[in-house]
Amino acid sequence: MSAKQKLAVIGNGMAGIRTIEELLKIAPDKYEITVFGAEPHPNYNRILLSPVLAGEQTIKDIVLNDWDWYRDNGIHLITGKKIVDIHRTRRELTADDGSKHPYDRLLIATGSNPFILPIDGNQLRGVISYRDIADTEAMIDAAKRYRKTVVIGGGLLGLEAANGLKLRGMDVTVVHVMPWLMERQLDERAGKLLQASLEAKGIEFRMQAQTEALVAGESGRVAALRFKGGEQIAADLVVMAVGIRPNTELAAKAGLAVSQCPGGILVTDTLQTLTDPRIYSVGECVNHRGKTYGLVAPLFEMAKVCANHLAEYGIGRYVGSVTSTKLKVTGIDLFSAGNFQGGEGTEDIVLSDPMGGVYKRLVIKDERLVGACLYGDTVDGSWYFKLLREGKTITEIRDHLMFGESNIGDVGHEGNTRSAQMKDSDEVCGCNGVCKGTITKVIKDKGLFTLDEVRKHTKASSSCGSCTGLVEQILMFTAGGDYSATPKMKPMCGCTDHTHQEVRDAIRDARLLSVPSVMQSLQWRTPNGCASCRPAINYYVISTWPKEAIDDPQSRFINERAHANIQKDGTFSVIPRMWGGETTADELRRIANAVDKYKIPTVKVTGGQRIDLLGVRKEDLPAVWKDIGMPSGHAYAKALRTVKTCVGSEWCRFGTQDSTQMGKDLERAMWRMYAPHKVKFAVSGCPRNCAEAGIKDVGVIGVDSGWELYVAGNGGIKTEVAQFLVKVKTAAEVLEYTGAFMQLYREEGWYLERTVHYVSRVGLDYVKKKVLDDAANRQALWERLQFALDGEPDPWVEFDKARVDTRQFIPIKPAAETAVTA
Amino acid sequence: MTMSAIETAMRWRYVCKLDELPVLGARVIERSREAGGNVAVFRNDQDAVFALLDKCPHKGGPLSQGIIFGERVACPLHNWTIELKSGEAVAPDQGCAQRFPVKVDAGEVFINLG
Ligand code: SRM
Ligand SMILES: Cc1cc2nc3c(=O)[nH]c(=O)nc-3n(C[C@H](O)[C@H](O)[C@H](O)COP(=O)(O)OP(=O)(O)OC[C@H]3O[C@@H](n4cnc5c(N)ncnc54)[C@H](O)[C@@H]3O)c2cc1C
Ligand code: SF4
Ligand code: FES
Repeated sequence: MSAKQKLAVIGNGMAGIRTIEELLKIAPDKYEITVFGAEPHPNYNRILLSPVLAGEQTIKDIVLNDWDWYRDNGIHLITGKKIVDIHRTRRELTADDGSKHPYDRLLIATGSNPFILPIDGNQLRGVISYRDIADTEAMIDAAKRYRKTVVIGGGLLGLEAANGLKLRGMDVTVVHVMPWLMERQLDERAGKLLQASLEAKGIEFRMQAQTEALVAGESGRVAALRFKGGEQIAADLVVMAVGIRPNTELAAKAGLAVSQCPGGILVTDTLQTLTDPRIYSVGECVNHRGKTYGLVAPLFEMAKVCANHLAEYGIGRYVGSVTSTKLKVTGIDLFSAGNFQGGEGTEDIVLSDPMGGVYKRLVIKDERLVGACLYGDTVDGSWYFKLLREGKTITEIRDHLMFGESNIGDVGHEGNTRSAQMKDSDEVCGCNGVCKGTITKVIKDKGLFTLDEVRKHTKASSSCGSCTGLVEQILMFTAGGDYSATPKMKPMCGCTDHTHQEVRDAIRDARLLSVPSVMQSLQWRTPNGCASCRPAINYYVISTWPKEAIDDPQSRFINERAHANIQKDGTFSVIPRMWGGETTADELRRIANAVDKYKIPTVKVTGGQRIDLLGVRKEDLPAVWKDIGMPSGHAYAKALRTVKTCVGSEWCRFGTQDSTQMGKDLERAMWRMYAPHKVKFAVSGCPRNCAEAGIKDVGVIGVDSGWELYVAGNGGIKTEVAQFLVKVKTAAEVLEYTGAFMQLYREEGWYLERTVHYVSRVGLDYVKKKVLDDAANRQALWERLQFALDGEPDPWVEFDKARVDTRQFIPIKPAAETAVTA
Repeated sequence: MTMSAIETAMRWRYVCKLDELPVLGARVIERSREAGGNVAVFRNDQDAVFALLDKCPHKGGPLSQGIIFGERVACPLHNWTIELKSGEAVAPDQGCAQRFPVKVDAGEVFINLG
């Protein structure tokens, strides 16, 4: 038996253990793992030391990986021992008790050390920093015996310490050298608001005050703090929270390259140390591309990449992170990210309601959000953060940018306090009926960190998503942060590291014509993908290479395989096409007959101006289609669904154009068109807009002099009004412009991205450039769409051509038992 | 008469030819509710065949209609993932769909419905 390679980890903290967790997920048997931790504890959630200090949680609550976890995963855990030497040529570690430990690969995750001000008295008893369980316990203990505390440092850590000690009954003064609090995360206005809220909690402040020395009392314990200028204030406990320095002593001693300023072990994009590729490093101790990080979200991103390379998969690079800040003081909502200070070439949008305690500042540069600073109402923080990281243009949403993403729904989005005040039995996710208590319980029990994990475990926020803000708040109060991965780099699914865009590009560039060929050439990790990537890839190949690519029905969701909508009891619904919402007595008679003949339980007029037959048994589908003799309505497909129309000039006294005919023409020209998501049109005969064209993917409104075209509306989960694209004169132009826009979306949209999301990603200006300004391109797009649709079969009629596997409609009757020889 | 375990294991019923099952697809064996309800027979791209009660442990969705990948199927109703071999839901979901022994013999599929 060949011995496993030895992997040693120095540092039993958040980044190191996260890396091991990621590694175990993908290569559980690769290494014999030994972890060394200087602290006498298993890995715990350092972030939650603040709620522990504030008395909201206990040490027991914040353990992330208990002793059993190490044992169950075969990891040797050596705690209470410090590694003091790395011998790189012998590949051997020395611990502070003199013991030696060999390694094949090494991971350094030593975190950082609190910075201690170089002033007189900094070593006195009663002077502590705030980093680990020992510090936290020392503070809790001091709070029982002393009264006067001074916290030096008005940053995140200092304020959380001050808040906790105040809640434990101490008199707390925060000493800060800068003019306002958290100056690296907040602008002056927000900093002052924060100070006022903390003062209301009874904390005192000495701003722009420089500490000169700490003064000992008779017992030798600290008794006072002296400012420059000589003034003294009493202090039985001094907490220094003036910053952290990467803990690189050991690495430097071993000859690994270490940066002097801002500090940190130099690592590459694969998280290998610059000096020795056998040695990896993650966490606060590293310096990546000149930056160090002091928040867990980036460390977790590092952990993922590092694990991948340790597993020798060699996929993925760490390219740096953008971070955001929230303060974990119950009752105070604060969020900041990016360049919230503004400066040369930036503009501000500011909302200030001092009475309501709300202040928001958004900083915009070149039509992109580059910074956000929110105080009092942070529910949209994660949305802004997402916009910021994605770097999307905000031109089109500028008007309502300030009001946030979530001014919909009834879940109430009033800021953090809202989620803190919710009872455990209050419902958070209306779609899946998930209550707050359920969410907090799994977060604690399973040690969850990300929104994705919460979605997986509880289904909360996994459907319509309107409660996402609330779930994130609960996550942040329970686990202590918002760790959503950077969406920009988000892979399609767990089967690959490629993004939707990369896959689309590869299909085009390498002329990939089938799902298996895509998976092979992009080195999918799973044999046949999953239910999330396969439908996407299938759509990408057929939309990129019409008439050439091979459609794979087994990669489609059941609705598109059975050409009907599955219902909750496993029956199906049938919605035939009614061109433009118009029908005839004959069609209605055939429908009525089919309803009787196949005992269809429900007949309903849909919201899309047609008729739905619900509760059809699967084996009856082909016969129902045949009997009603109407084309497929594609109500089940990511395809053109309805074209709603109003009566228009044929009957209506206000009608200016024949909207019904226009709708029918559009529908006949574009039905059978698959798209990244479903597509709906509407045509109204005048601006009264009875067909509700304002919330459709393409809305057409007849006016006296022609037709107005609106695009990218959406009436669903979050109502979005369509945006004006162009005004044209003739019906032929309506077809051409609509078709061109559709083809652009079909070629470039990501799977499950509705037009509204596509347009907000690329910008309406881009669409205009491609469809309005460039006439040749418009015609080319329209021609490509017609080429793709030419000869497309109706799946309810031409089974073979549409690759409908009709065997699915024939259930197998169980045969008699047969004696078969083994 | 009580049946021995061996005899029980021999109660194979013919289902269909292997080729009559779509690759990465499924067919349904119809059984009345009293008899225990429909059974889904799956085939993956390695020509492995599996059979489960056609009833998702979540809310009874017809697993036969799901998307099949590797040795798993995603339920069409709310996307739980079920192991075809064991019928177990993949964590974090919890539950199990009853499984039935199946075998392929000379290109023909047989099932033991118990
Ligand atoms: C039948 C119908 C409700 C009705 O009885 O009126 C309906 C039924 C369903 N809608 Fe709808 N929608 C229906 C009109 C609408 C409309 C109104 C419209 O089309 O004018 C909207 C808002 C307009 C829009 O899409 O922007 C609408 C917005 C949605 C959404 C949200 C889409 C979004 O992007 O926000 C979903 C969820 C989704 O697609 O992911 C959805 C999903 C569904 C599904 C497919 C849910 C599902 O996955 O099973 C329902 C299928 C039931 C079935 O089997 O028939 N339905 N749905 C309507 C069929 C219209 C038709 O003739 O084809
Ligand atoms: C009170 C507090 C509140 C915080 N709040 C937030 C927050 O809200 N959001 C957020 O994102 N981040 C927050 N942070 C920061 C976050 O906790 C850190 O970024 C994170 O823990 C760093 O992980 P790490 O693995 O790099 O270091 P650590 O978690 O510090 O782990 C390093 C470990 O290595 C051990 N070690 C060091 N040298 C040796 C050696 N030679 N031999 C053996 N072991 C050694 C140390 O004892 C330590 O246990 C907070 C931190 C504190 C202290
Ligand atoms: S038909 Fe539409 S609105 Fe009604 S329950 Fe289904 S998805 Fe929801
Ligand atoms: S019924 Fe299968 S996932 Fe809900």
